Amino acid sequence: MMSEKILYSYTGIFDTPDEVTHAAEEAVKQGYTKYDVNTPYPLHGMNKAMKLPASKLGYVALIFGLSGTLGALLSLWWVSAIDYPLVIGGKPFFSFPAYIPVIFEVTVLSAAIATVLAMLFFFFKLPNNAHPLHATDYMKKVSNDKYGIVIQAEDPIFDEASVRKFLESVHAKDINAVYWAEEEITHKHKIFEPKFLTFLLVVVILTSGTTYFTLNKLMFMLPFNWMMEQQKQNPQQKSLVFADGFGMRKPVEGTIARGFLPYAFKGQPDLAGEKLINPIPISKESLQLGQTKFDIYCSPCHGYQGEGNSRLRGQYPNPPSLHSEKVRTWSDGRIFAVLTDGQNVMPSYSTQLSVDERWAVINYVRALQRALNAKESDLQ
Amino acid sequence: MSTIDYTRELSVLEGKHALRELDDLIAKPLETKPDKKFYIALAITLSMTGLFVLGLALTFYYGIGMWGNNIPVAWAFDIVNFVFWVGIGHAGTLISAILFLFRQKWRTGIARFAEGMTVFAVMTAGLFPLIHVGRPWLAGYLFPYPNQHSVWVNFTSPLLWDVFAVSTYLTVSLIFWYVGLIPDLATLRERTNHKIKKVVYSIFSLGWRFSNRHWHHYEMVYLILAGFATPLVLSVHTIVSFDFAVSVIPGWHTTIFPPYFVAGAVFSGFAMVQNVLIMIRKIFNYEHIITVDTLEKMNKIMLLTGSMVGYAYAMEFFIAWYSGVEAERFAFLNRAMGPYAWAYWIMVTCNVVSPQLFWFKKIRRTIPVMFVIAIFVNIGMWLERFVIIVTSLSRDFLPSSWAYYKPTLVDGMILIGSFGFFFTWILLFTKALPVVSMAEVKAVVDGAQPSHKEH
Repeated sequence: MMSEKILYSYTGIFDTPDEVTHAAEEAVKQGYTKYDVNTPYPLHGMNKAMKLPASKLGYVALIFGLSGTLGALLSLWWVSAIDYPLVIGGKPFFSFPAYIPVIFEVTVLSAAIATVLAMLFFFFKLPNNAHPLHATDYMKKVSNDKYGIVIQAEDPIFDEASVRKFLESVHAKDINAVYWAEEEITHKHKIFEPKFLTFLLVVVILTSGTTYFTLNKLMFMLPFNWMMEQQKQNPQQKSLVFADGFGMRKPVEGTIARGFLPYAFKGQPDLAGEKLINPIPISKESLQLGQTKFDIYCSPCHGYQGEGNSRLRGQYPNPPSLHSEKVRTWSDGRIFAVLTDGQNVMPSYSTQLSVDERWAVINYVRALQRALNAKESDLQ
Repeated sequence: MSTIDYTRELSVLEGKHALRELDDLIAKPLETKPDKKFYIALAITLSMTGLFVLGLALTFYYGIGMWGNNIPVAWAFDIVNFVFWVGIGHAGTLISAILFLFRQKWRTGIARFAEGMTVFAVMTAGLFPLIHVGRPWLAGYLFPYPNQHSVWVNFTSPLLWDVFAVSTYLTVSLIFWYVGLIPDLATLRERTNHKIKKVVYSIFSLGWRFSNRHWHHYEMVYLILAGFATPLVLSVHTIVSFDFAVSVIPGWHTTIFPPYFVAGAVFSGFAMVQNVLIMIRKIFNYEHIITVDTLEKMNKIMLLTGSMVGYAYAMEFFIAWYSGVEAERFAFLNRAMGPYAWAYWIMVTCNVVSPQLFWFKKIRRTIPVMFVIAIFVNIGMWLERFVIIVTSLSRDFLPSSWAYYKPTLVDGMILIGSFGFFFTWILLFTKALPVVSMAEVKAVVDGAQPSHKEH
């Protein structure tokens, strides 16, 4: 038992709102500053009686609301015009009208959350269950149907006798002294208590365990397994629909692919050289197409200039130059046969290059040959 | 000759009440053991919730092919239910925020319950877009955060606006609700002798002391929150309506949608609040707090919003004809006379015709009749969303893809289950928290405010 209890305040109870309003007015007149009125619901006119300045929480709402507006506006601008510009519906990257809904919602959200948090934790210093007024008869009454006034001991003009006299003068009932409970004074934050530390440990284990399980295990279980199990035909899978068990179907007998023309000179390159005629006239377009295709498919081995300077660093045999006497004197059709059938270690390019593209590549090769073996007349 | 003073404010509560009695009455359901009826009701709603869980499990395991949705009707029960439940929530915010700004004191008796209903309805609604995407555990991608794909969400899409609107709405409603609950939780903390209850109430009342230096800021914050919640509630169903209005489907692409959706939301929300409150006032003997006067005022709001909805139906038809757009004309004729004409005419009967009975004072004040009308309104408003979504989609621009949408058993399970989910929360709410705001009701009792006469 402490030798002496520390006084918190004197309290008085009233039965009617009129009486408590009057008492508040009188308390102001007496010059008390550390006093409070407790009522089960807000009383009209009490702010005036207590001469309280207007609440500043409106400014909190304003500041955080506007920060929300500005923050949303700037992040939307940064996201859609700077970080990942993407044309959506032919609109400008920064399409303000479409952002209004999101900006509005963020404004409301930040203002509402900030105002309430500011009120509870900054203005009221709640949560606070260690206040001397808690667990008193006084609190029981003012939480239900009575109205009370509290004059705190830390008031500069506090004096037990005069306060008691004042409360009597405004006809307060149940005038009582409220003392600090011992644990409210010696109250310390119990962060390092073993109980709390154990609690923290349990929370840590549970949170990280659940997160690990969810992300690394649960997401790969049925039915959360990233849509792996679907009623569809996967490659190499036995068909459930067709009797022969094949998922991929063969085209109907005699089907011909669009643009398919049979190649009559397979295995007969010399005959092809004699019979085939390049149908693609030399033009800027065909040379450009030829260059594009040559650079993609031919240049890795033949080199950009067709000199046989491979970029494959000896991992594949280097081909001979395309500027040799032999190739230069070959007809277009003879080269076409090489592209179509392949030659020595060179495979066929008939799947990579369409017929027209092959002729365009040949035109481009002719241009390369001409460039390295220019005639006198070309230099004029 | 007697004159009636129309400027005199009518008393919100019936009869004269001691403040203590009000506390006792409101806290009674929390301080007594639930009776048999409560358990029966809970068993029913929990069984319905069980259906919900089963329907969802089937959907998640086999995919949304379990539903009747198929091209061209890719949106059906899932989105109908979403819009319906979000709409139900709107009444709560209207009562707690808009009526607060208009200083309508009769809101005090019903505000807490309606706010709670808002929270539960938006929770229920929020499930549906998640279910609708088929793999709800991937819904985290709906939020714009710097992820490993380094792509952002599409901020110009109404569906993304929905994510922001609904999540903001749920958060702000919860905050609003909780701020209102703090003084009541403190009152309960002082009332109870139960050890565990005392700890729980102490934690959640944050040590509220009924101080006037606090009430002073508290009232300011309540005003600010009401001021923010008002445009918010209007924005939410506006944005929900953008899901449709911003598209180019005939029957959806109309500028009347935002006000029309908001009016419809308030309409259906009030019907639901009225239905449930009629039961609550009976079960908990709150007849003097939730008075017939209050119910009558709610019926008047239903009459007003119901008429607005009826006007919108008529105006849609007029504009479809007046615009001269063939596809629009067809869409609306198809609504009234096509394969879904049955849904359209049930909707018109429920939403336009039935609330017109509220012109009669007798009907506005007769509880069984108004109860039935409100049920009709709820059915009608659910069908309204069905009509808008399904009729427009099932007859799109390409006649070869037209189809008649039919819901499956799983669709039905999820619909019934959503009601079970919602009402389970409502039932638990009635036993866990005061369904009427003690502090607010006490403040409007006769003689509860200073008379200012002695000065």
